[in-house]
Amino acid sequence: MNIVEATHITKTFQQGDIAVQALKDVSLSIEKGGFVALAGPSGSGKTTLLNIIGGLDTPDSGSIVLDGNAFEEMSRSQLADLRLHKVGFVFQAYNLIPVLSALENVEYVMLLQGVPEKERHDRARSILDDVGLENRYHRRPRELSGGQQQRVAVARAIVSSPSIVLADEPTANLDSETGKGLLEIMKDMNHRKNVTFVFSTHDRMVMDYARRLIRIRDGQVDDDVTKNA
Amino acid sequence: MMSIHVKMAWRNIWRNPRRTVLTVSAIAFACLVLIFMLSFQFGSYETMINAAVKIQTGHFKIQHKQFQENHNIRKTIVHPDAVAGILDKTPGIAAYTFRSRAFSIVSSEDRTYGALVIGIDPDKESRTSTLPDLIREGEYLSQTDTDKALIGRLLARNLKVTTGDEVTLLGQGRDGSVAAAVVTIKGIYSSGQDDFDRAGLHIPLAYFQQVYTMSGQVHNVVAIVQSLDRVAEIKQQVQARVQTLETGNSLIVRDWSKIMPGLKQAISMDLVSGLIFWLLLIIVVAFSILNTFLMAVFERTREFGVMMAIGTAPSRLMKILLTESLFMTVVGMGAGIVLGIFVTLYFQTRGIDIGGAGELLNQYGITGRIYPKLSVLSTAIGPAMVFVITFLAALYPAVKVRRLNPVEAMYFA
Ligand SMILES: Nc1ncnc2c1ncn2[C@@H]1O[C@H](COP(=O)(O)OP(=O)(O)O)[C@@H](O)[C@H]1O
Ligand SMILES: [Mg+2]
Repeated sequence: MNIVEATHITKTFQQGDIAVQALKDVSLSIEKGGFVALAGPSGSGKTTLLNIIGGLDTPDSGSIVLDGNAFEEMSRSQLADLRLHKVGFVFQAYNLIPVLSALENVEYVMLLQGVPEKERHDRARSILDDVGLENRYHRRPRELSGGQQQRVAVARAIVSSPSIVLADEPTANLDSETGKGLLEIMKDMNHRKNVTFVFSTHDRMVMDYARRLIRIRDGQVDDDVTKNA
Repeated sequence: MMSIHVKMAWRNIWRNPRRTVLTVSAIAFACLVLIFMLSFQFGSYETMINAAVKIQTGHFKIQHKQFQENHNIRKTIVHPDAVAGILDKTPGIAAYTFRSRAFSIVSSEDRTYGALVIGIDPDKESRTSTLPDLIREGEYLSQTDTDKALIGRLLARNLKVTTGDEVTLLGQGRDGSVAAAVVTIKGIYSSGQDDFDRAGLHIPLAYFQQVYTMSGQVHNVVAIVQSLDRVAEIKQQVQARVQTLETGNSLIVRDWSKIMPGLKQAISMDLVSGLIFWLLLIIVVAFSILNTFLMAVFERTREFGVMMAIGTAPSRLMKILLTESLFMTVVGMGAGIVLGIFVTLYFQTRGIDIGGAGELLNQYGITGRIYPKLSVLSTAIGPAMVFVITFLAALYPAVKVRRLNPVEAMYFA
C-alpha cells in the first residue's frame, strides 16, 4: 500500500527575471513503512519536493495524494489540518520553539491536535525516552546539543503517529557520529512503530541507511533503487 | 494550569529583557504622566474657579432677568427672604449672601471717580466670599457698622484715600430720588484681580438699602456650593424652586460659567492644548511599541514558519502575539497607574508652588500653590487612551503574521 502518490509534479520559481524549474515532471510513490532517502546535490529540488509532498507548498501542475487525500481538492486550511494530523516534519535546523522545553515542544503538536493533557504528558515522556532523552525533559532547546535538538524534533514528528515523516537534511548540521545516532533512532522508530520516513541528503553515509534510494538531479528522478532486505 | 499560549507569550517577552523593560517603561511613563497631568489640570481648574467665584461671583447667582442685561437699579429681587428660604432647604449649598449694587459718583477731597457701590451683609458675605481675607489695611465691616466702607486698593489709590478718610457717594435711588451719603473708609482690600480692585466700594447692605431707598430689596443672591462638580445639579434644583415663587418668573439663576465666560473659555482652551500634548506623547509611545513588535516578529520569522509548518493556525500565532502585547501593556499600565496615583497624591497633599509661572492662574488671582486633584476620571482617561493605542500598535504586526507563508518564512528569513 502506498502512502504517497505523486504524479507529474512540476514547480517553477521566479528568481528576479529568471524562471528556475525546481521540479520537472516528477512522479513517485512511497510505500507505507518505507525508509526512503531522497538524494541529490544542492539545488536539485529535494526540499521543494518534500515541501510539496507535505502540503507545505503547492505544485504548478501534477497531483499529490497522501493517505487517500488529494491535495488539489483541498483548501489552505484543510492542508494545514492535514499537515497537523498526518505529516511529521523535521527540518535541517531551528526546528524547536525556543521558549518551550523539550517536553513542551513535543506536547505542543498534541495540544494543537486536541489531545487531553494527561495523555499528552505520558506520550511526550515515553517518546522522549524512546529517542534517548529521558533526562532532558525540561531542557530548553538552547540547553541541548545539536544532535539532541534533532532527536527532540524527530520525537515531535512521530509522537502522534503520522502517516509520514518528512525530514529535510536532518543530519546536515551534525557531525557524522551524531548524525549516525540520529539515523539509528529514525531507523529504530521505523522498525518498532512502522512510521514511514522520507529524508533528503547529499551525504553518502546517510544514503547507506536507506532501504530505498531515490536520486534527484536537476529536478528530475534520476534513479530509484530499493535494496533487498 | 497556565495555558501553554500564555506561558509561551510570557516567556517570549523575556527573550529580550532590555527591549521589554524599555517598552513596559514607556507605557508606564505615559500612564504616569497622563494621570498626573490630568489631575493637575483638573486641580488647577478647580482652584481657579473656586478662587474666582469666592472673590466675586459665587458658584451661582439669582437675580432679576433684566438686571443681568442693563443693571437697572429697579430690577430687583423683591423678596430676598423667600429665595433664602429655598436655599436653606436645598442640600449641598455651603453658603449664600445678599448683595445690592448701584453705580455712583465717588468723591474724595481731591478727586472724583465713577465706581460701583456694593451693599453686602458682613456676616453672610464672610461665609460666602474671601473678601474679609483680602483686607490689606484697616478692618473688615462688622454687622453693626453703618456709614463705613471697604474700598479696593486701586480705587483707593486713584482717590488718594486711606483708612479713616471720608468719601462722598452720589447716585440715584431705586425710586428715582437722589442718593447721597458720606462714608468712612474702614478697610482696603486687594484681590490681585485689577478689575475688581479698581471697580468699587463695599458698604453694609442695610445702610445701602437706606441710602438707595431699596425698601428691603436686593439685586443678587450669591451662593456657594459644597463641591464644584455639583454646581449644575444644584443650580437646576434651585432654578426649579425659584420658579414657584410669586415673583419667580422674573428671576434667573446663572452659574459661574455664564457669569465669567472668559474663565470657562480659558479652561477649555487649556484642556485642548493639553489634549494635543497627550496625543503626541501617546503617539511616541505607540511608535516605540510598534517598533518593538515589528522587530520581534521580524526576528522570529523562521520560528513562525516552523510553527505554521507543523500545523499552528495563523490565528493562534496572532493570539500568542497579542497576548505578548497584552502582558506588556498590562504590566506597564499597572505600574504606571500605581506610580501615577502615588505621585499625584503626594503633590495633592503638598501642593505645587507655581510662583509667578502660571499666567492664566495669575489672571484669576491665584499666585500660591496648586493642588492636583486625583479623580476616577483623571486616573482612567490617560491609561484608557494608552490601552487603545497600544492595542492598535500591536494589532498591525499580528495581522502581518497571519499572511506569512511558512515556506518563505523558513527558508528565506
Ligand atoms: N522559494 C523559492 N524561490 C526561488 N527559488 C527557489 C525557491 N525554492 C527553491 N528555489 C530554487 O529551486 C531550486 C531547487 O531548490 P531546492 O528544492 O531547495 O533544492 P535542494 O533542497 O535540493 O537543495 C534551486 O535552484 C533553488 O534556488
Ligand atoms: Mg534543501
